[in-house]
Amino acid sequence: MDYSQFLAMKQEISLLVLFLLVFLNDTFLPARAQSSIGKITCLLFGLFTLWGFCPVVVGDSVVSAFAGMYETSPVIVAIKNILNVGVLIVLIQSLKWTSSEHQLIRRGEFYELLLVTLFGMYLMISGRHFLVFIIGLESASLPLAAMVAFNKRRYESHEAAAKYILTAVFSSAILLMGLSFVYGLTGTLYFHHIAEGIVSAASANVVLLVIAIAFVMSGMGFKLSLVPFHLWTADVYQGAPTSVTSYLSVISKGSAAFAFLVILWHVFGQVYADAWEWMLYALIVLTITIGNLFAIRQKNLKRFLAFSSISQAGYIMLGIIGNNPMGEAALMYYILVYIFSNLAAFGVIGAIENNCGKVSMDDYNGLYKTNPRLAVTMMLAMFSLAGIPPFAGFFSKFFIFTSAINQGSIAIYVLVLIALINTIISLYYYLLVVKAMFIKDEDEFTVAPFRSAISERIGMWICVAGILALGIVSCFYDSLLNVVGL
Amino acid sequence: MDITILYYLVPSLIMFCCGVYGFITRRNMIAMLISLELMLNSVDINFVVFNRFLYPENMEGMFFTLFAIAIAAAETALAIAIIINVFREAKNISVDDLSKMKH
Repeated sequence: MDYSQFLAMKQEISLLVLFLLVFLNDTFLPARAQSSIGKITCLLFGLFTLWGFCPVVVGDSVVSAFAGMYETSPVIVAIKNILNVGVLIVLIQSLKWTSSEHQLIRRGEFYELLLVTLFGMYLMISGRHFLVFIIGLESASLPLAAMVAFNKRRYESHEAAAKYILTAVFSSAILLMGLSFVYGLTGTLYFHHIAEGIVSAASANVVLLVIAIAFVMSGMGFKLSLVPFHLWTADVYQGAPTSVTSYLSVISKGSAAFAFLVILWHVFGQVYADAWEWMLYALIVLTITIGNLFAIRQKNLKRFLAFSSISQAGYIMLGIIGNNPMGEAALMYYILVYIFSNLAAFGVIGAIENNCGKVSMDDYNGLYKTNPRLAVTMMLAMFSLAGIPPFAGFFSKFFIFTSAINQGSIAIYVLVLIALINTIISLYYYLLVVKAMFIKDEDEFTVAPFRSAISERIGMWICVAGILALGIVSCFYDSLLNVVGL
Repeated sequence: MDITILYYLVPSLIMFCCGVYGFITRRNMIAMLISLELMLNSVDINFVVFNRFLYPENMEGMFFTLFAIAIAAAETALAIAIIINVFREAKNISVDDLSKMKH
């Protein structure tokens, strides 16, 4: 056996080392040293994020290891780096919450579970065999259920966890059923072997193939919370602790989107027009429209962001449809911008919730007068999510639309037009939050002036810097274009 | 009598449909979990049968089944832990009562 192929997995292996360090620290060090476990984890993870940017072993080429079951390339490394940046921000933002009184005894577990889910997402993105992919998917979604149930004293947390685990298992059962049909049709579980055999399978039995792909797409749709598989999203986002919600909405969704891209194009790409083109169109139109329409009437901000993230998932899918290098770069850029904007919003919500436990939109009336900095941060996040020009969100949506239109069929034009109309609808409800904060007067429910913790402020500063810089400074997008080879 | 592949696939499909039906209609969370087990096990049967009858030259389906069984066990353990937590809080494991968050 060629042991040098382990070098291709350098990010996975260093993540495992990091996990073991945190675990040993949590288990064996005296209580005094454990009080700083959150800071130690943030520091180690920051070093790990920097280490991911060092180009070791992987040059400019695609490296596959373990008989083709695992693959890495500059694109995959860039995707993992994007996820790392998001996880780092989530870790910094959760410092205050994990050191609160109720979580004190279990806070090491939060970091351990989070690192394990990240490991599973790495496997999901890099796996080129469905066995590796499924193991990654499950180790990414099962510990998340435990994280959702983390607030042991809050009933909502348990309710959300029960809903999450039942739908997660249901969706993976459906996904596995689809995979068993794919295996029956092609006789292999390697991505590239399936891609070779799928054309003859399509000519042999196209109905079975369509059913199999529909099962696989609905299984993945649950993970990405696409309509009509989105029903768990709002309740889980509302019930989970805010740090976990931000992790779910950004990192989990981003990694699932990349894995979906690989599965759709590298495995089923040959039968795009025969089998799943219309399914993808229907999913995108439904996801964007229904996510938007339901977001309008939400009063709880976490629920509101849940529906907003459903409609954002629709735009992410629009990036998947434009199957070209530019589409890939646009998708990575979109996820990067989405990480910064959504985490800024969740940072504000988390800071206010940690301070006084308020999450309703009415509590934000006149927030600008009491907490101007938080209000401005929230406003930037909303503008970026809605896609208003000087901020990063506008450019990410612009690139996604451009890469989709490059496909150049009438159906795509109609699809992009629907997405554009929905952008205008989304502007309405994002501006509702801004209106509540800036125009309405404060009343007795408004959040009182307070000073947020230093860790929360650092997290928000990073997000604000990202929202402002990513849109204006072009070198970020250029470097992503370099990575995909344009 | 000749036992063909259909003799395995049809019961497995019936099992899967029973699982989906049970998951949608049952209100007790333990019963829902049992339905999910049915679905996962029917997938295992599918993999093994496809491997044995159609592609006996390698063992990919069998290995996939082994891993799928392990994953299903982990899922069940976690789900039961969460259901116990819900029971402690609500003294009830009916999904109809899990409706505190609607707005």
